Amino acid sequence: MTRAAPAIAILAVALPVSLAAGILVGAVPLAPTDVLGALLGGGDPVTGVIVRDLRLPRVLAAALVGGSLAVAGALLQGLFRNPLADPYVTGTSAGAALGAVGVIALGSDIAATVVPLAAFIGALASALLVWQLARLGGRTTVLTVLLAGIILTSFASALVTLLLFASDRLSLRLRAVLDILSGGVAVRSTSELLIAAIVVAFGVALAIVLGRRIDAFVFGEETAATLGVDPERTTIGVIGAAALLTGAAVALAGLVGFVGLVVPHALRPIVGATHRTLSIASFLAGASVLVLADLGARSIFAPAELPVGVLTGLLGAPFFLVLLVRARRREVA
Amino acid sequence: MALVGPNGAGKSTLLRALAGLIRPTAGAATLDGIDIATLSRAALAARVAVVPQAFDTLFPFTVREIVTLGRTARLGLFARPTARDVAAVARAIDEQDLAPLLDRRLDALSGGERQRVVVAMALAQESDVLLLDEPTAHLDPQHQLGTLRRVAALARARGVVVLAVLHDLNLATLADRVVVLDAGRVVADGPPATALAAAVVTRVFGPGLTIAQLSGRTVILPG
Repeated sequence: MTRAAPAIAILAVALPVSLAAGILVGAVPLAPTDVLGALLGGGDPVTGVIVRDLRLPRVLAAALVGGSLAVAGALLQGLFRNPLADPYVTGTSAGAALGAVGVIALGSDIAATVVPLAAFIGALASALLVWQLARLGGRTTVLTVLLAGIILTSFASALVTLLLFASDRLSLRLRAVLDILSGGVAVRSTSELLIAAIVVAFGVALAIVLGRRIDAFVFGEETAATLGVDPERTTIGVIGAAALLTGAAVALAGLVGFVGLVVPHALRPIVGATHRTLSIASFLAGASVLVLADLGARSIFAPAELPVGVLTGLLGAPFFLVLLVRARRREVA
Repeated sequence: MALVGPNGAGKSTLLRALAGLIRPTAGAATLDGIDIATLSRAALAARVAVVPQAFDTLFPFTVREIVTLGRTARLGLFARPTARDVAAVARAIDEQDLAPLLDRRLDALSGGERQRVVVAMALAQESDVLLLDEPTAHLDPQHQLGTLRRVAALARARGVVVLAVLHDLNLATLADRVVVLDAGRVVADGPPATALAAAVVTRVFGPGLTIAQLSGRTVILPG
């Protein structure tokens, strides 16, 4: 508790710094004063386009994606009572991607609201399914959650491939589909960004409100019940919030792995395990991490852009393996 | 009050029904004449607190945070803890001597310390009834006695009704009242001397037990 407040203060300062770095660094080098001028609406028209139309939406989207995935990770870790859950490994992201690709396959003309909505429905369906599967036998274990996630992910990606083959429209929109599958931050319109921001704000607010109940939930459904928490309502609330956050993230950036897993996990020893504090810290840290990761992904092969999901996968998967080995050791012990 | 009976007699089931975790298939669990099935989870938690048998987490919750969980039902959606919440938590911490452990994590504590944390969490609920499911299961004899003495003293000081499921009949003799369950039915109910009389113990728990008197207390030994 004592370390949570300064940690959150540091994270709150780090986020604008990361955003500024994300705007300043890129294929075209820009001076801080020019960027400031462009943000205020003036300056050189080319710089204005780069800053206002390209980099600003991009870093804001990356921040929203990272923040929402990290909060969704904290929520799912609490729900499944284990630190190895996040939207990606539970198959929630895959469900959202299936939803998004599905509507892209169905319609050539997609309104900004349809993709996030489809992603939300896909995320909700898969989170509910994984929850039911993980609870088979009355007890959730790390491995059943992961197995259920793997099954769901492979099923969803098989369906995505099927859609790719079956739809003639989809081949015309291969770029959008590839963005979703590889996890590249791509902002197609301001309204898309705005909708995502509203959804994410709602999801984070829900996470903060549910925080205390999730704390009780972590000690088992029956214990939560005797502490005065309605387990069913809490479960539905947590899954709903995680699905909103995952849906928004996938609609903006597709499948970005491991941010949701690593961020809450790394923060817990610093800010503590209570979910209200953890959610706030996770949002700030997740946002900064993904803005910087996206900056890295844009810079490595500049001017070509590597999808940020490739980078988080490369860095996150080994981290995940270390956690898995540790968790297994603890279970056996 | 102690609830005893052979394995499978229905002790934990009865406790769970009293805690409102399961509904009785016949009859009702009532509290001051009110069917607890009609109460909301939060309303019930304000009246009945439970010390579960298993209590663990993979997350680094501190002792202070866990004891504060006892106030969950009394906090609103956004509500910050009120002075009363803070006082209830402080009192529970004090009564269970947890002050030196406040910032320690649950997984860094011994079995006896953990048990005190969970009891403190339940005490922070400031309920009228405290249900304990085998509170002595993982404790050594010294801590078994310590836990029960503490709880009994609190029951008197706070005026709380305490019902503990106990496996060890000798610990049950420390209670004011003992209820013996066998195959789902109450077969004896009264002070330890009568409820755990030799005839009852032999009938319910089977032959092969030695029942003796030792400085005024009934002692039950295997063999």
